[in-house]
Parts: sequence; structure tokens; C-alpha cells
Amino acid sequence: MTETGQRKEIRAAAELKQLLTDYYHELDKAHSEGQKVAWCTSVGPAEVLRAFGFKVYFPENHAAMIGVQRAGEKFIPVANAIGYSPEICSYLTSDIGAYIQHWTPLEKAYGVKSIPKPDVLAYNTNQCRDVKEWFSFYSREYKVPLVGIDSPKYIGEVEDMHVDDVTAQFERLIRQLEGITKRKLDEDQLKGTVGLSLEATNLWKEILETAAHAPSPLTFFDGTVHMAPIVVLRGDRRAVDYYQVLLREMKERIAAGVAAVDGERYRIYWEGMPIWGKLRALSEQFAELRTCVVASTYCNSWIFDDMRESDPVRSMALAYTKLFINRSEPAKEQYIAEMAKRFKVDGIIFHDSKTCPHNSNARYGMPSRIKERYGIPGLIIDADLNDLRLYSEEQTKTNIEAFVEQMEVA
Amino acid sequence: MSPKLFAGIDVGASATKCMIISEEKEEAGSAVAKTGIDLAGDAKKVFEDALSRVDGGGVAVARIVSTGFGRKNVPFADASRTEISCQSLGCYFHFPRAIVIVDIGGQDTKVIRTDADGKLKGFKMNRKCAAGTGTFLEEISHRLDVSLEEMNALATRSKKDVEIGAFCTVFTGTEILARIREGLSREDLAKGVYKSVVKRAMEMDTLVGDVVLTGGVVAHNTILYDMFSEILGRKVLIPPKPQLTGAFGAALYALQEAGQPRLE
Repeated sequence: MTETGQRKEIRAAAELKQLLTDYYHELDKAHSEGQKVAWCTSVGPAEVLRAFGFKVYFPENHAAMIGVQRAGEKFIPVANAIGYSPEICSYLTSDIGAYIQHWTPLEKAYGVKSIPKPDVLAYNTNQCRDVKEWFSFYSREYKVPLVGIDSPKYIGEVEDMHVDDVTAQFERLIRQLEGITKRKLDEDQLKGTVGLSLEATNLWKEILETAAHAPSPLTFFDGTVHMAPIVVLRGDRRAVDYYQVLLREMKERIAAGVAAVDGERYRIYWEGMPIWGKLRALSEQFAELRTCVVASTYCNSWIFDDMRESDPVRSMALAYTKLFINRSEPAKEQYIAEMAKRFKVDGIIFHDSKTCPHNSNARYGMPSRIKERYGIPGLIIDADLNDLRLYSEEQTKTNIEAFVEQMEVA
Repeated sequence: MSPKLFAGIDVGASATKCMIISEEKEEAGSAVAKTGIDLAGDAKKVFEDALSRVDGGGVAVARIVSTGFGRKNVPFADASRTEISCQSLGCYFHFPRAIVIVDIGGQDTKVIRTDADGKLKGFKMNRKCAAGTGTFLEEISHRLDVSLEEMNALATRSKKDVEIGAFCTVFTGTEILARIREGLSREDLAKGVYKSVVKRAMEMDTLVGDVVLTGGVVAHNTILYDMFSEILGRKVLIPPKPQLTGAFGAALYALQEAGQPRLE
């Protein structure tokens, strides 16, 4: 029925579920099969770790699952009690709290009872400081080495000096991993993982860009689910294979005129973190309002199309430094304005995530500037990625509904 | 053919309001009651109460639009709109020009911008926090040991400016106790509390141009008119029945949408 608006399930979701089930079971069995496990930040050096033969686990994906299962409120206080402030990243606090309580969302999601123990932890602070502190906790707990890249931050134009710096840090990281694994990096292996990352990233980009079509074949909420392979399987052939399937389905939807939100009237851009525990409620509200959240900075943050097989280390340094979250306010503003134009949106929702200042972009006047310079209205939502105690659902619902009413009279 | 009436029901966090208007957009009847836990029941009661006040009685209500935080809990309404749109329409009716509306309600404070054509151009709502809202004043009145109704009169008797520094309802309560121990009068503290309500609203947005002050808190705490005017350096505008502008806006929507199908 076109009047009420319905969410539409994506067919490939079943394949995705199987892919992630396999991925987590492989991690679970890794040690018993004589393999080593590396933990990696979500935009960390996954390609390098895979080139060394590590099975790679991503605590951020785990933390997001805690959010999806709405268990954050149970575990955040546990981390608070040992000295991790309720003001810092609620991924960190919910993940550490769950670790202390020996609980994992993997059991409900994939039938895996525990997280895989790390042999090494590798971070990149291109996102924020919190990921480093988070990994430092586990380094102390498991008594395993912590290696990483301390990225230059708040960059406007990415210049050679930035890339030189990060390239040198990647080279140091490789030497450290050679020391830890007692083996030399196989450069062909690295070229292979970087090549696969690039292939997957290009497909992911193409998938997200199908949303430029009106009506859009997918929503931001779909994106938050289907982004899992580009996060946890970069440098792995299976991410490429999966995204080929998903892209085909999106193209079929466009050809058949299938809209992700029936009767799409308005198009919105989501800026900032997802509210993991409220994805379904929000996507249903938008569907009822026949409004499609077509694109987001968040899902597009896993596009690393500067990677080159021919120059793997330097191109990784460039790609991971260029990341939106690592950029200056003017660079971010320009990016958001371009995205809003490309996806033909009627408005932007800025999620001001209480415990994620680095990925909240409404705090330095951005919504007002974008409204003034580009005429795109914005709405700020106060919430959080994982701590639902910081979210007022009724207020947010009213805000979203009124934002759509504002579009109706525009 | 008998004249038609249109109703707006505003189910707010503290009070439920109903306004019934004629086709000429004139008030035919209205009612206000405290919001309890049975939102649908409260809405029905207030609607029936307002209807009983309509001259002549027995006149049919052609369409009902609900608004406010409980807008989805009015099963007999034909459609619903957010209180943001309803305040915008209701206030613009009284002041048909570009306006900035400050709506101070029981649970939240909103700043709403409406352009010269009456179109909603943007809005902001307070964060998940009660400071600066009706609930805040209620809490502080307990601390000052006066009824909410008396607090306004108490504040108007103050001769001194007192700054209340706290940013939070609970901590403001603590601050009030400390200031009482310092020997400050309840009159001065009450005024300081109202001033903090004004400051909270002013930090939400720039209040440039014609400012309309509305909402239940404004209706019952007239000191806020003078304070806003004093701080802004110009007279703020007050609609005739500030507590009912949301319900009035909803009734105007009902009139605008007359003849349209009922929305589920």
C-alpha cells in the first residue's frame, strides 16, 4: 500500500547474515586452529593485519551490536564504576562493561559465546582518541602488544606532509608486526589485501550512490546493516562478492521502480552516528512519514577509493587520513553540502551524539552555516550511539515529525 | 444548513487544552484541564467540556485535529499535527508577520520561526532536560515553599537582581537552599528563578525581530512578559490566550483541512 509507507527488506540480507556468521565462527575457532587474532579499529590498518595472516576482529562492530541489542545501559555503568567516565565514548564503556561481565551480543546474533582473545591490538586515531584508550585497556587486560597510528588531526586539505607522516607510521607498524609475528611482510599479500579493499570500497560506493535515484532504493538504516562487510571484511574477497550481489539488487530495484520507502515524498541526509538501539523505530517513523533518509556521512565513511595496489602503504596512508571524521570544520562543511546536493535532499538531520564529540558536527555552528549558505534546513537531534539514557524518544519523534511538516509547507 | 465548528485538542505534558472555533475562526468554546495518566480520557473530557460551552449547543464539530505530546492518543481526532506547526499557525493568526515564537510549556521550551507568509521556517527544542520549563518552576516552587500560583506574585515584589547560576533543575534546587541560608529573600530568589527561565530560552536561539511569547507557563506567570521585554530591550508580543494557542492552531488546521478524509 502506498499511503502508509512500509519498510522493505533487502533480499541479500540472508546472505549477509550467513557471511557474518561464518566470519564470527572463524574468529571463534582461530586459536584452536593455530591462527592468530588481531583486533583492529574500524578504520584501522585491516589490510596490513590481513596481509600478515591475522584473523581480524573489530571491537566497534561488537560495541554497535551491544547497542542494537539495547544492552548498553546494562554495561556502561559497569565501566563507569571502574573509572571510565559516562561522558566518554559509549562504545568503549559498553564494550568494556560487557567484557567485565563476560557477556557478548555475539551469542544472540551468531551463536558465538565469547569474543576472540587478541594476540595483538592495532588502532588508528584517525577517528578519535577514545579508540586508543579502549585498546589500551585490552592491551593491559590480555597482556598483548598495542601498535597503531596516531594520525594528524583536523586536516583541511590533505597535504604531502600529512601523508609522509602517516606513511612513516605505517612502515613502523609493519616493522612492529614483523617483530611480533617473527616473519617478514609479504608485499604481494599486502598488494592483494589493498586491491580487495579497493574493489569492495568501490562497490560499496556504487551501492550507496544508487540512493541518488528518486525514489531511493535504499535507506540509511539499510546502510547501517549492510555496511558490516566493508567494516569487518576489508581486504577479504568475500566483501567484494557480497557487494556485487547487493549492488545487483539495488540496480534491479531502480529498474523495477522499487522504492525503499513507498511513496517517497521527502529525502533526508543523516549526519553523525546511528542511534543503534533505535534503528528500527526510526526507520519505521520515517517510512510512515513517507520520508527517506537516503544518505549519510556515516555509511560513506568506509569509502577508501584512494587505495592503490601499486603503492599500497602510501595509498593507505592517504585514504585513512582523508577520512571525514579526521578533517577540519570547513572540509566537513564542504563535504556535507556536496553530499546534500548529490543526493538531492530536502533537509539534514544532525545527530549530536552525547558521548561522541568527534562524530557530532552540530557543535560549531555547522547547521546554521549550511542553512545560510546552501539553503538546506537542518534539525539537531540530541541522542547517543549506545547510551539510550541520553535519548528522549518522544521529543525526538516530535522533532522529526515537525521537520517533515516544515518541508510540507516549504 | 447549520454552521460548522472545528476543534483543536492540545494534549500537553501538564495540561490538556481544547479550542473550538467557527468557520470565521472565532472562538466558540474552550476548556483546559490537568493532564493525567489517561490521555485519551482527558482529551475526551476537555473536548466535551469545551463543547458544552458553545452557545446554543447541539452544533456538529466537522473536524478535530490533535496536537501536543499526546497527539497520537486522541482516538476521535481526524488528524494530528505537532505542537510546533500548531503554535506557528496559532500565533501567526494573531501576529501575521515574520515572528519568532518562544513557547514555554510544562515539559519543554521551543523556539519556532515563522516567516511573513506564515510558513514554518525552523524550530529548536530544549535538550533532554527540564531546566527552564514548567516542570522546573514547579520543582523550585516546592523549594521556596510556595504554590506555583503564588510564585509569580512573590517574584513581582522583589527589588533585587539575583543570578541563579545552576544549569539543572535538581542543582538549582540545591542552590536555592544554599541561598536561603545566605539570607536571601524568597521574593528575590523567585525572580532569579524566572530570570533563569528567560536566559535558558535566549540561549536556544537568537531572538531577532518580533518575539511572540506563548505556552502554559507564560499564561500563568505574567512576570515573564516584563522580563523578556526588559532583557530583549523591546516589548514582546502575547497572544490573547497563551495557553491555548497550540489548540487554536490545531483548530485552524481542522478548518483548513475541512472535507479531507480522516487520517489513521
